[in-house]
Amino acid sequence: MITIIDLGIGNIGSVINMIKYVGGDCKVSSSPMEIKSASKLILPGVGSFDKAMNQLRNKQLVDVIVEKATIDKVPLLGICLGMQLLTSSSEEGNEIGLDLIPAETLSFKKALKKNLVKERIPHMGWNDVQVKQVNKLTKDLIEFSRFYFVHSYYVKCLHQENSLMTSHHGFEFNSAIVKDNVYGVQFHPEKSHKYGKKLISNFIAL
Amino acid sequence: MVRKRIIPCLLLQNKSLVKTIRFKKPNYIGDAINTVRIFNELEVDELILLDITLTSSVSEPDYQLLKDIASECFMPLAYGGGISSVKQAKKIIEIGYEKIIVNSTAYRDRHLITQIAEELGNQCVIGAIDVKKNIFGKYLTCSNSGKQKEHKNPFEWAKELESLGAGEIMVTSINQEGTWKGFDLNLIKKIVESVNVPIIGHGGAGSLDHINKLFNLGTNAAAVGSMVVYQKKGMGVLINFPI
Repeated sequence: MITIIDLGIGNIGSVINMIKYVGGDCKVSSSPMEIKSASKLILPGVGSFDKAMNQLRNKQLVDVIVEKATIDKVPLLGICLGMQLLTSSSEEGNEIGLDLIPAETLSFKKALKKNLVKERIPHMGWNDVQVKQVNKLTKDLIEFSRFYFVHSYYVKCLHQENSLMTSHHGFEFNSAIVKDNVYGVQFHPEKSHKYGKKLISNFIAL
Repeated sequence: MVRKRIIPCLLLQNKSLVKTIRFKKPNYIGDAINTVRIFNELEVDELILLDITLTSSVSEPDYQLLKDIASECFMPLAYGGGISSVKQAKKIIEIGYEKIIVNSTAYRDRHLITQIAEELGNQCVIGAIDVKKNIFGKYLTCSNSGKQKEHKNPFEWAKELESLGAGEIMVTSINQEGTWKGFDLNLIKKIVESVNVPIIGHGGAGSLDHINKLFNLGTNAAAVGSMVVYQKKGMGVLINFPI
């Protein structure tokens, strides 16, 4: 059973659809008690970094998520903004992130400007991924996988070992990250046809 | 590199799908859910649904139908038609859509775009512009499914929509829509030059060559209608994705 953490904002409907489609079970919750007893967590999210962190804090979910990830070591998957929340901070706001994976969230616009590259932001559409580590989440996704992205901020890992996939938009960025049982994907597996189905099935099988 | 997107743009009219020519003469295509299911199986890049009956009405979107459609889709979905509040936008995102298309309401309440962007992020709001070319070759914006003239300069309006918070601009040529004659490249080129967010060009796609020409302008996506619901120009309905 996967517990989807409900931030009150976000396209949870699509995540539920996808999990059910590939034969998984899930429930949606924002109760610290329920999340405390979860065996697998998904942290989705659209919106802004600060708004989402404040939601987590107001619902008293920060400590319980960190505890589940680091002490109970249950598999945790952050999707899109949910992945960015796993990092230490974001240029989008001032709040501190969950800091579960040594990485930071940076502004595409700023970085493109610095690199003198012209690309449209948001990074929107289907893009290729390069799998940097084959593990239980990425297996069978090695060749010609593509996923649907839509984001204006990107994640930069501080250490190579946490980079799970990379993609290119003006420059190379981390499109998936990992640390032990904690995973983050910048793209939307729930909206990425067979590639997303595979990734979600892999997460269910963890 | 991010790939260019080809997006079937489907028109809803009372639970059915229709296809228009220059925003007129709606022709019955089929049941919405069945058609969307086929597009999902064809693994299309993305899907746009526009409810053409709601544009000028006060009634709410058909959430149940939209939800049933979303449950068939494992690709990004955008919805437009009668969106006039953040509450409606949030509800549609929650049932499984990624993007909200705002068109007519923006002329009367431009802050709606900003409010949706602040609540759900810029990437959730597509600012749509319907453009009519008059007999003097001048481009004018229209609202309410092309029925009402807004007398805005579409290029200035595109810039304004971007600065209000739209994460994407969809530009439709009313003159070309449903004609199979190709996109209005001149119009779309000027929109591309006016803003920095991704652009969806729409209206007139009749061949892959038309789509390639559109992509060469620097647009990110092509919205297609007739091409993916008819066998050929003047022929019967056939749901297809020729790419």
